[in-house]
Amino acid sequence: MAAAADVFIQRLPEVSARELHVLAVDDSHVDRKVIERLLKISSCKVTVVDSGTRALQYLGLDGGEKNSSIDFDSMKVNLIMTDYSMPGMTGFELLKKIKESSIFREIPVVVMSSENILTRIDSCLEEGAEEFLLKPVKLSDVKRVTDFIMRGEGMKGGKRSQKRRRSVDCIPSLTTELSPLSPSTLASKKSKL
Amino acid sequence: MDKVRLQREAAFIRSSLLDQGYLDEQFIQLEELQDNDNPNFVEEVVTLFYTDSARLIYNIDQALLSNPTDFTKLDDYMHQFKGSCSSIGAKKVKNECNGFGEYCEVQNYDGCFRTFQQIKQEYITLKKKLETYFQLLKEAAQIK
Repeated sequence: MAAAADVFIQRLPEVSARELHVLAVDDSHVDRKVIERLLKISSCKVTVVDSGTRALQYLGLDGGEKNSSIDFDSMKVNLIMTDYSMPGMTGFELLKKIKESSIFREIPVVVMSSENILTRIDSCLEEGAEEFLLKPVKLSDVKRVTDFIMRGEGMKGGKRSQKRRRSVDCIPSLTTELSPLSPSTLASKKSKL
Repeated sequence: MDKVRLQREAAFIRSSLLDQGYLDEQFIQLEELQDNDNPNFVEEVVTLFYTDSARLIYNIDQALLSNPTDFTKLDDYMHQFKGSCSSIGAKKVKNECNGFGEYCEVQNYDGCFRTFQQIKQEYITLKKKLETYFQLLKEAAQIK
């Protein structure tokens, strides 16, 4: 398993030795304030935006693909946490756009929603979301997510990676190295019902 | 009024809000995010809640006045309002919102209208109590 972890870490956007930079996306003022606090308590650098469009602008994806020569350092995002239900671009649409981007697809995306809808959860996970959190989001949820990302382990297993990496340029070593999703981890995701 | 007495009064309001189901566990979660570096975090979040709620309540009132009734819009505003309630632990108000959603789904205007008057009442009650609560805490904090 050590070899798999090494491969995974190399492929992720470089995590600063000190702290994760998290981009949080939510149209609700209240929720933006809360998620920002949760992330700061979890020792993250936080950028909060109020829409999917602004999130893409921040990442530099709004006008099409960013030039890789542009200074990426100032905006290096290690994790994106987005609300699902937002006017204009939904969190799901934002998730898709990020996963379609060759530069940003490796950034883990976590989707948050107040609605516990199984098909919604499944489609987000299948589209490549790392995790689906039910609102109101708790500090324990945020800490768990950020801990995983910091350790470079990715989340709970391989079902997502097998389903989402359909494109030809997927990294073969990742899909073979990660273990298949065990029934218990699948159940734990669904256990939020 | 002395500091301890003010604090006790505030604590009493807080316990009753929790005991009577106006507030739930989420409010306590927010309190746990407060510390010496962020001493007013809960009040700041609640203040944002008032601002958001005022806007959404206005929007819903307007939507209820519009003819024909746009139930999709109503449902959308209510969903946002319910989300805010949930985020600060406003349990009673949030639960009233469920009824509204059901009426929206079957496009029952009267049901929506009636339920919304109840929601506004519960919201105003909660807001008054919370305002008193934070005011007492503030007054207590100002006494050495």
